[in-house]
Amino acid sequence: MNRLRDRAGLLAAGVAGAVLIVVIPAVTEVYVQFELTLFLIFAILALSLAWVWGFGGILSFGQSLFFGLGGYTFAVAVINLGESTLPVLLGILVPALLAGFLGYFLFWRRISDVYLAVITLAASLIFYYLIGASAGSQYRIGTALLGGYNGIPSVPPINVPGAPAQPVVYGDLYVLTAIVLAIVYGGLRWLLATDFGRVVVAIRENEERAQLLGYDVRTRKLAIFVIGGGIAGLAGVLFAAWGAYVSPNVFSMTFTAQIIVWVLVGGLGTLSGAVIGCVLVQAVMTWLGEAKLADTNLVLGAGFVVLVLFARRGLVPGLRDLLARIRRLGRGPR
Amino acid sequence: MDLALVVGLHLMHAIASLALVSIGLAVIFGMLRVINFAHGEFLMVGGYAFVLSAGAGVNLWLAMLVIAPAAVGMLGYLVERLVIRRLQGDVIATILATWGLSLFLVGLAATVLGYHQQGVAPPFGTIEIGSYTIGIYTFFVIGITVVVILALFAWLRWSRAGLLVRGTMQDGELAAGLGADTVRIRSATFVLGSALSGLAGAVLAPLAGVLPEIGATYVVKAFITVISGGATALTGTTLAAALFGLTSQAAAFLSRPVVGEVALLVVAVVLLRVLPTGITGRYFRKAL
Repeated sequence: MNRLRDRAGLLAAGVAGAVLIVVIPAVTEVYVQFELTLFLIFAILALSLAWVWGFGGILSFGQSLFFGLGGYTFAVAVINLGESTLPVLLGILVPALLAGFLGYFLFWRRISDVYLAVITLAASLIFYYLIGASAGSQYRIGTALLGGYNGIPSVPPINVPGAPAQPVVYGDLYVLTAIVLAIVYGGLRWLLATDFGRVVVAIRENEERAQLLGYDVRTRKLAIFVIGGGIAGLAGVLFAAWGAYVSPNVFSMTFTAQIIVWVLVGGLGTLSGAVIGCVLVQAVMTWLGEAKLADTNLVLGAGFVVLVLFARRGLVPGLRDLLARIRRLGRGPR
Repeated sequence: MDLALVVGLHLMHAIASLALVSIGLAVIFGMLRVINFAHGEFLMVGGYAFVLSAGAGVNLWLAMLVIAPAAVGMLGYLVERLVIRRLQGDVIATILATWGLSLFLVGLAATVLGYHQQGVAPPFGTIEIGSYTIGIYTFFVIGITVVVILALFAWLRWSRAGLLVRGTMQDGELAAGLGADTVRIRSATFVLGSALSGLAGAVLAPLAGVLPEIGATYVVKAFITVISGGATALTGTTLAAALFGLTSQAAAFLSRPVVGEVALLVVAVVLLRVLPTGITGRYFRKAL
């Protein structure tokens, strides 16, 4: 039964991936693909939190920190180097290293959920303040001006490895992002199926029992956090390349809140839910922003409260329950 | 000499405003263990209640000391009744719901009042200390913080209501078994914390001004202060406010204000690494 559901889920994910990578570029305008790219970048970011929180049980308010740091690292490195291969790798590596450093503070003393939330939040605000205060020509790394709250404009695009003259933009960037999303999703699913993944879920379910069974909880949690940080950094790299721009706003509380909403709407403890929730919420918010019907914060906040009060489990688990109930009805009473 | 006096006053003011910002949260989170991420917005609502009613011609002190706490107290009652109580202590759900509430309040304030800063000029004017000028209102902020903390301490320590509150916090089931109406006590404590937040928002409004998003500048500092304070909410928060106020203001003096903000956060992270249960998790455990 479970295996059947897994196989159906894998099939659905495969079909969705094929549609994203092959069908959409063939049937839509480049402008639509450009807009969709942002949704997919955010979906990658949502996956990083779905992994860290939904499977690792770590409510991190710092995913936006790793996202922003990835974007900044990429921007600074690519402006200095002019070729994007190394900057992309740095954009993953630097946030992952920071996640490792923070994780040491967080997991070696077994700090409670609330402390963890506050420390990750404090870390992203440190970056918000510091980078915000970096306006002026004395704040530069190599040839890249940090620009304070104005951010870094005209970030060069990602290029074909080794060929700076061949940029990956618009339709090509869309395909690249869709492939990255598929790889991240598939990679996380694979990771969850390994022994490591099973221990991770065991720790989420009962940390004390996992520890008594002889697993070192700290190193596992650190690994989860570092992987999540790297994925968020990768999303940040794509974000900076997509908009050719990165600003301290990615470290702000509002942005962090959005990531949590995406995961929560889709359903905690699922990977597909994060992607679906993210695309859905972003679509609604884009529509609200264009229609100017109401303040985005107002709608987002009200939706958030209602969601927590009445549908705490989110869309995908809710749908699964519904499907299971229908299937049971079809089979008739026992 | 004058410089030392002025620097000392600035340090005390930094400590006082940090304590003031955190005191409502010390009651709501430190004592009730309710994680209210809308705390910053409670301060914002307090600030608006003060600025708008003062702007409408109400006496300044009435607006600050009565209307603002009453307005936020009522808001707190509604929030406790409609949201907090329904979640029944589910930590994650409370974090998320109150965060949603905070966004909602920001959006509401922005829709009704607009995204621009409003304020009231600080009363009392200024005095000269040697060649330095300092607002008399600074003394008022320090004074009212001391009064609020002492009053709260005395109330908890010596009144019957304070005893009931302490008992409920220590062991809710036992208190209920002895006939205390713990649901009402929790609700009343939440309202008290909200009213204190409203007062703080109003007291700081003449200095900082109010705008819909101002809560974000307060909430993280307040949480860090209360959490670093540890298990005994009132003493811990006061001590943590003293430590952080000193470090951040000293760092700001030595270089720039932004370094002060960052110093506060860094000290907090390191402190929680060294003392994961906060200051009063190890010291002053018998205090309130």
